[in-house]
Amino acid sequence: MFVNFFYHLRGRGLDVSVTEFLTLLEALNKGHAHESLDHFYSLARAILVKKPEYYDLYDLAFAEFFQDAVVDWSKFQDGLPDELNEWLQDPKAMRQLTPEELAKLEAMDFDELMRQFEERLKEQKERHDGGNRWIGTGGTSPFGHGGANPAGIRVGGPGGGRSAVQVAQNRRFRNLRTDLTLDVRQFGVALRKLRVLTKDGREEVLDLDETIDQTAKNCGDIEIVMKQPRKNEVKLLLLADVGGSMTPYSHLTSLLFSAAHQASHFKQFKSYYFHNCPYDVLYSDMSRRKGEKTEDVLKNIDRTWRCIIMGDAAMAPYELMESGGSIDMFYINKDPGIVWLKRIAEKVPRTIWLNPDPIKYWNSYFTVRVISSLFDMFPLTVEGLDDAVRELRMKPI
Amino acid sequence: MSDFNLFAGTEGYIASSELRDAVNVSVSLERPLLIRGEPGTGKTLLAKAIAEALQMPFISWHVKSTTKAQEGLYVYDTVQRLNDSRFGDGDVSNIEHYIKLGPLGTSFEAPERVVLLIDEIDKADMEFPNDLLHELDEMSFYIRETDRTVTAKQRPVVVITSNAEKELPDAFLRRCIFHYIDFPDEALMRQIVDVHFPKIQDELLSQILMKFYWVREQPEVRKKPSTSELIDWIGALKRAGMDAAALQGAFPFLGVLLKKEADLQGIQKKVS
Repeated sequence: MFVNFFYHLRGRGLDVSVTEFLTLLEALNKGHAHESLDHFYSLARAILVKKPEYYDLYDLAFAEFFQDAVVDWSKFQDGLPDELNEWLQDPKAMRQLTPEELAKLEAMDFDELMRQFEERLKEQKERHDGGNRWIGTGGTSPFGHGGANPAGIRVGGPGGGRSAVQVAQNRRFRNLRTDLTLDVRQFGVALRKLRVLTKDGREEVLDLDETIDQTAKNCGDIEIVMKQPRKNEVKLLLLADVGGSMTPYSHLTSLLFSAAHQASHFKQFKSYYFHNCPYDVLYSDMSRRKGEKTEDVLKNIDRTWRCIIMGDAAMAPYELMESGGSIDMFYINKDPGIVWLKRIAEKVPRTIWLNPDPIKYWNSYFTVRVISSLFDMFPLTVEGLDDAVRELRMKPI
Repeated sequence: MSDFNLFAGTEGYIASSELRDAVNVSVSLERPLLIRGEPGTGKTLLAKAIAEALQMPFISWHVKSTTKAQEGLYVYDTVQRLNDSRFGDGDVSNIEHYIKLGPLGTSFEAPERVVLLIDEIDKADMEFPNDLLHELDEMSFYIRETDRTVTAKQRPVVVITSNAEKELPDAFLRRCIFHYIDFPDEALMRQIVDVHFPKIQDELLSQILMKFYWVREQPEVRKKPSTSELIDWIGALKRAGMDAAALQGAFPFLGVLLKKEADLQGIQKKVS
């Protein structure tokens, strides 16, 4: 039965190792459970679950195993049924609406929308394209994607209509979380390699080897030799895309940001966000409300800086090549994105691009090909990040 | 089950039943106990309480950002030895004199079982926990200079606290018993307050706790007040001679609960 419990927990996504399980058995052998389920609950949790983030998952799995509680896992783990999700990944072409039709689609308020969404998800059993009620693609129902309701909820897939109130694609986040190849720690370890040591300041560190040498020459009379401390010279600028197509990677983005903020070894560090492509404003918060002129940001840095840009570089060609091409409707950029990217490349020659998309997709986007001709592009994996850091560190200017 | 003392909290430290289970299993299986929780939930105090309850000596090691794992084991004081050789003080030929054991080394060498607190392990460098893996597993280490292996006479009870500033490595986590100290609910909080202010009026305490939990629930409060701030607040209220009637509709000494300027202003605006 206990072996079943072990596999049950693993099946529910708790990463329990064999050694931890053996520890639990050892504790049980010593009578720690006091033959009571309450004690067993806290005992197993203390030994098997090492992060409070997983306590909830453990509670659910425990209840299910021991009390035959019916836990609706689709709610917690899957978000959306598989088939529904698969088909939403592969949308039908978007239907063009006349202005009158658009006006007819009244913008519902958000709570109402969420309620209806859940209701309809329960009712709906099959794939649905077009139409105005069911969750599907290419239609005017407020739910689904590739559709044209101004206040709709986007369900999976890329946002064609661009007006989705909320992106309900939890499924993809969860995948990232379970087979997460990178965590804050790994980012931190990689960024730590980003150091270029130079001598700096007054002579205030003991030079042990030289002191021993001099003392020996001095017949054992201590002769202390000091030297200059070595300091990390690296100044880092971090720019991250938080646009719609980056949403599945927002977790990764935040990991990289927290790792870079935690790293205290940079001489100077600045970070900004942008939407799909940097234009004349860079934002200091993820919701892109507070910003700074890109011009000013570039003024305050020089060639000695290094820059990491993180984004999928996948956008519509006009977003990169045309003025006024920004995806944000209320925002007109005078210079096209490509000009701004070139300015960054000129100002900071040691700039690399991290792309979270798998390499096999890179060539299928026109914009990725253009951008990777400007910057060295690396995949956002453990090895990719290592390579990127090496390139940043060694590249001459 | 009978051959070890059970930890059940102390007079001055109220522990939830889950925490007691975690402590007991860690003591009996001789594995480190890793404690996480909001600041002010008594992580550090727990180690002292365990030492008091189990009547063991208490050794603490406060980790700072510059602390190296080696310092916890031993330090070879070469400068002192060099100095002695120059001025002819002490017996320079015996290196053993210049080996100074760190907190971990001291706890291994102690004749009886001790409680060792490794406080705020996440403050140190990322590799710090990894560097201690072997020592905590085997409870022994090797002193190169004197060719001596220090092995724990009695495996110490190791309590490690973390504020989760940095993530700890998986290999390290797998070796620990883990407990997350949740913020106490009202019933447990009453017990805790009772320890510090045994004679407080029931009605007054209800008022205070209601206000305290209300402040914690406000979304604009960025640094939520913790148990220690609550104790301070009650102390201030008592000294000012407040009773339940005086507290009705008033919110005195808010500054004791809220330490951030913005939090304080936000709540004051809401209250008035």
